[in-house]
Amino acid sequence: MRYLPLTERDRGEMLAAIGVDSIDALFADVPQAARLDGLLDLPRATGEIEVERQISRMAARNVAAGSAPFFVGAGAYRHHIPAAVDHLIQRGEFLTSYTPYQPEISQGTLQYLFEFQTQVALLTGMEVANASLYDGATACAEAVMMASRVTGRRKAVLSGGLHPHYREVCETYARFVGFEITADDPAPGRQGVAPLVDRDTSCVVVQNPDFYGEVRDYSGLARICHDAGALLVVVVTEILSLGALRPPGEMGADIVAAEGQSLGNALNFGGPYVGLFATRDKFVRQMPGRLVGQTVDAEGRRGWVLTLSTREQHIRRERATSNVCTNSGLCALAFTIHLGLLGEAGLTRLARLNHAAAVDLAERLERVPGLHLVNRAFFNEFALRLSRPAAEIVETLASRGVLAGVPVSRFYPGQEKLSGILLVAATEMTTADDMDRLEQGLREVLS
Amino acid sequence: MSGWSPAASVRPVKDLLGPSETITGNRGLQLEEKLIFEQDSPGHCGVDLPEPAPFRCRLGGLERQGAIGLPGLSEPQIVRHFTRLSQKNYAIDTGLYPLGSCTMKHNPRLNEKLARLPGLADIHPLQPVSTVPGALELIDTLAYWLKTLTGLPAIALSPAAGAHGELCGIMTIRSALEARGDRRSRVLVPESAHGTNPATAAACGYAVDPIPANGSGRVDRAALEAKLGLDVAALMLTNPNTCGLFENEIHEIAAAVHATGAFFYCDGANFNAIVGRVRPADLGIDCMHLNLHKTFSTPHGGGGPGSGPVALSSNLAPYAPLPWIIHGPGGLELIEQREGPAEHVLGRLKGFHGQMGMFVRALAYMMSHGADGLRQVAEDAVLNANYLRTRLEDDISLSFPGACMHEVLFDDRFLKDSGITTLDFAKALIDEGYHPMTMYFPLIVHGAMLIEPTETESKASLDQFIGVVKGLAAKAQSGDPSRFSNAPVLTPRRRLDETTAARKPVLRWRPDPAQREAAE
Repeated sequence: MRYLPLTERDRGEMLAAIGVDSIDALFADVPQAARLDGLLDLPRATGEIEVERQISRMAARNVAAGSAPFFVGAGAYRHHIPAAVDHLIQRGEFLTSYTPYQPEISQGTLQYLFEFQTQVALLTGMEVANASLYDGATACAEAVMMASRVTGRRKAVLSGGLHPHYREVCETYARFVGFEITADDPAPGRQGVAPLVDRDTSCVVVQNPDFYGEVRDYSGLARICHDAGALLVVVVTEILSLGALRPPGEMGADIVAAEGQSLGNALNFGGPYVGLFATRDKFVRQMPGRLVGQTVDAEGRRGWVLTLSTREQHIRRERATSNVCTNSGLCALAFTIHLGLLGEAGLTRLARLNHAAAVDLAERLERVPGLHLVNRAFFNEFALRLSRPAAEIVETLASRGVLAGVPVSRFYPGQEKLSGILLVAATEMTTADDMDRLEQGLREVLS
Repeated sequence: MSGWSPAASVRPVKDLLGPSETITGNRGLQLEEKLIFEQDSPGHCGVDLPEPAPFRCRLGGLERQGAIGLPGLSEPQIVRHFTRLSQKNYAIDTGLYPLGSCTMKHNPRLNEKLARLPGLADIHPLQPVSTVPGALELIDTLAYWLKTLTGLPAIALSPAAGAHGELCGIMTIRSALEARGDRRSRVLVPESAHGTNPATAAACGYAVDPIPANGSGRVDRAALEAKLGLDVAALMLTNPNTCGLFENEIHEIAAAVHATGAFFYCDGANFNAIVGRVRPADLGIDCMHLNLHKTFSTPHGGGGPGSGPVALSSNLAPYAPLPWIIHGPGGLELIEQREGPAEHVLGRLKGFHGQMGMFVRALAYMMSHGADGLRQVAEDAVLNANYLRTRLEDDISLSFPGACMHEVLFDDRFLKDSGITTLDFAKALIDEGYHPMTMYFPLIVHGAMLIEPTETESKASLDQFIGVVKGLAAKAQSGDPSRFSNAPVLTPRRRLDETTAARKPVLRWRPDPAQREAAE
């Protein structure tokens, strides 16, 4: 087996050195009844050629986003990843290292995480960010838990415009810790959370742009929250939008929970992605996840370490701020490299390209009979209300080779009023020809 | 317990090694590298993008005002920056990485290549299910392998890491208990457990009740049985445990747990020791997470991403979180809603469907090894650890005598009266070119040193490491603590001041005031 360096001769010599006759002697503590004598009923070792053939065959059964006009978003977005990103993250020193618990030989990981934390804080307009969480949805749930620790209250109010997966993850995390989750009606255009805020509310969770792509100003809501002693959590599922939009920090957000996939990370059928988590300095000791801090070494030279780890499970055990250990380090690196390549000028231009593509697409589609645009303002994704069930339309267009978007009924199958809503995203990858094909397809199936 | 603070006396490296000052601060191939924020050429960009044709902005008047503050660098600057950073890291690719309970084994590059196939990397979790049959097939195939290896009938695939798998497992257990109207309040966790275990139990609303170890490094069964009761929801046990020992009374433990109506959760972090030789189901385990980034070699990536699927018994399976893949009449189906067969589910633990990129790598790893290769993995991992144990037990103090599994636990008794701590010993290993073992964990022995070589180390590699540890142990006995207390001296940075880092946290870069003024 190509990955195992011991030879039969090595094994014999090592068993002799240990002083046992066979490998079985080293498994003597395993109860007899639980020992497998033979091999499990699974295929035998396979060479690289055949493994590649078998997995490539599975891959070939899928329609890759790059092979069709593609408008699917709803929390994961197809963007161009510069070649340097994937090259750099595959350097073995990044790819095959562990969590940087030994800082003297992990300065590379620690320094890029410090850069990542700075980038996330700048983008979101917040003061401090952590070194990543699993994804946007779990970051959102961690934000809800943190708001409870900060306020000492146990009731979170979730906007109906929050991504339904994020809402569901919050509900799961809250389920067993005596926490009340109130979720507003998911109808597009609704802004019903403010009346739900009271003196028991720990936080209000909203999303910008919201699940339907609508861009909103939450400054007024922030004041309502703060007057009631609650925190405002702002979720961002398309982090690129912050290249164009006012950041949550300027709207009064106390915590920002975001999905960072759009920068540096492929769609990957939903994971691995990278959860971003940012807040105010005053809440830093209540944050979940790892933090990298700047310090000096024994000779006074600047360096970086994992810090404030007394919040974490490996020190505090059942009193930790979160059980999280492994996070999304390598995805955070991809994010940092991509954003490093873009810089201020590139990020803002990329955001303009995305918005321009979405505006172009909206203007074309608004002319199609049988649908209308739901949004007043949007970034690179918007909602259409179709005269027929969106799920059927998407299926029909998929059979014609166009991936038209996400029918909201996939998340809310029982809600008749949402069955006609289709989410459509356009990015810098969307061509004029792609837009023609979607427009033409919708004209045909809606006529 | 780790780190350095300025209170300690420190000798500058030039006193230890002779003059080494350079104009740049660089030392040969060790290059100093500023932050990207300190290399800003305003307006510069490492990606050439077109400017869009004129369009009507529809951002609703919420355009960003003012600059973000991101630096501008060209591609060559970025490539050099991150390449230099990479060179400050230790990695499996560069050497033995004996971190106990972390299973730092070789990461095959075939797996990286396959995870990047457009048909797997460039597919969206919400594109029509009819356009991704191969993705469902791959996930189902992975589940089949994991079910066969564990002997358990169901797999929840969405958890994103080991700790997330623990959350999944304990929440699933709580759901199953509550479905039968059974409200329980405690979870039993051995004192040797990973910190994630008690943190998880607390996150699921349970009180954590610790179980002491016995004199042989295993769960004290009498203490365990005394703590069992009708208010105990589960036992969370790691097996092999974090002392590198198999819990040889596991059948009796399982029976005692089940007799009270509780569930038996196993932390699968150490599955590498038994994969292909023991099925957890045959040990009486109801629920176990698998760290794909340990046993099945998806890269650790400097701290993630991981993947932590959870194997479940048939009485827990109906409560597993969404999504599910089931075998329907027309083939594989993706169940995303709480209805039909999934009406009792726990809910959702993560956005979308799980760590697909990790699934591809883990499946490629398992297919490459096959049933025979995986069994050989466990055997070689155990053989390598025992070889280290045998060769080192006369030099450094073995915590528990006798054979170990895939990792071996030592403690600091051999350093008694030397003035040298476990931390110092570990840092001296760094100067010798090794990543240290896991230090000060598990908590049940003093100054723990937990060594896990994994099966992907050759005998020659082990022999060299053994020679280094023996040599350092001899030097520790010979009474020159300064070699240890000053170590490491040959690294890009020496010991870092963790105390000040925590007392006055600097968690992001900020321009210095003069610079900011100039910019404005």
